[in-house]
Amino acid sequence: MGSGTKIGRVRGLGSARQGGKHWISGMESSVASLLLSVWLVVSLLLLPNFDQATLAQWLGQTSVAVPMILTIGVFFWHTQIGLTVLIEDYVHDEGLKLGTLMLLKLYALAGTVFGVFAVAKIVFAGAGA
Amino acid sequence: MGQKASRPLSPHLLIYRWSPQMAISIVHRVTGFILSTAGMLVLLWWLAAIGGGAESYAIFKTYVVNAGEGATALETASNWFFRLAAIAVLYSFFQHLFSGLRHLVLDTGAGYELNANRTWAIAAFIAAFFATALVVLFVASRFIGA
Repeated sequence: MGSGTKIGRVRGLGSARQGGKHWISGMESSVASLLLSVWLVVSLLLLPNFDQATLAQWLGQTSVAVPMILTIGVFFWHTQIGLTVLIEDYVHDEGLKLGTLMLLKLYALAGTVFGVFAVAKIVFAGAGA
Repeated sequence: MGQKASRPLSPHLLIYRWSPQMAISIVHRVTGFILSTAGMLVLLWWLAAIGGGAESYAIFKTYVVNAGEGATALETASNWFFRLAAIAVLYSFFQHLFSGLRHLVLDTGAGYELNANRTWAIAAFIAAFFATALVVLFVASRFIGA
């Protein structure tokens, strides 16, 4: 490793040997997001109307709540993978990058927990009047 | 990009013509960002509003769908802001979906021939535009206006 230019110092070291897994996860989560998006759009279009009572009754069913919880989890999984790439590409300061990636993980986790809780509340406690 | 270029750089790197292939690449990222932030937050708000009951769902509707007859100026203004945001999220959904499908095909190693690559980039833009227009017209005819 020389002490020359930045590119000179990394030349010949090869890849970081960890990008492939992230790329595969991106594809997996995108296919899952695609399937669940189709499910969400189709089942919404099959509803007679979009009143709160109809939606609450619809979400309260196990056959809807389970894929909806899955959808929230998968969307945030894909969100985290996708935004990680954006942050790594566009945030150049190392400290800021680390902090932003931490915030992203927190956002994805908190969002998932909030969404799962919102659906579980309707299933177990019923929607408010 | 981290270090300042004090040495002369070849100018050819900055001279290029925009192509649909370049546009769809950056649009995929921008729409992904919109879906991740505004899209997911609206989805969570929608779920929480359904669970919160008719009253909290009415508030969600006042902002995102229709402010209604007796709306204050502020409510109407926020309604229009959220309507535009909803259209942006909707367009982002379809654009990201179609450019994402294109990426899945490219990931198999197919579709890199210059003409095919260009054609499918343009097709994804057109498909996203029409899908968005269709849903906007559907929602507008069913839930908004007379």
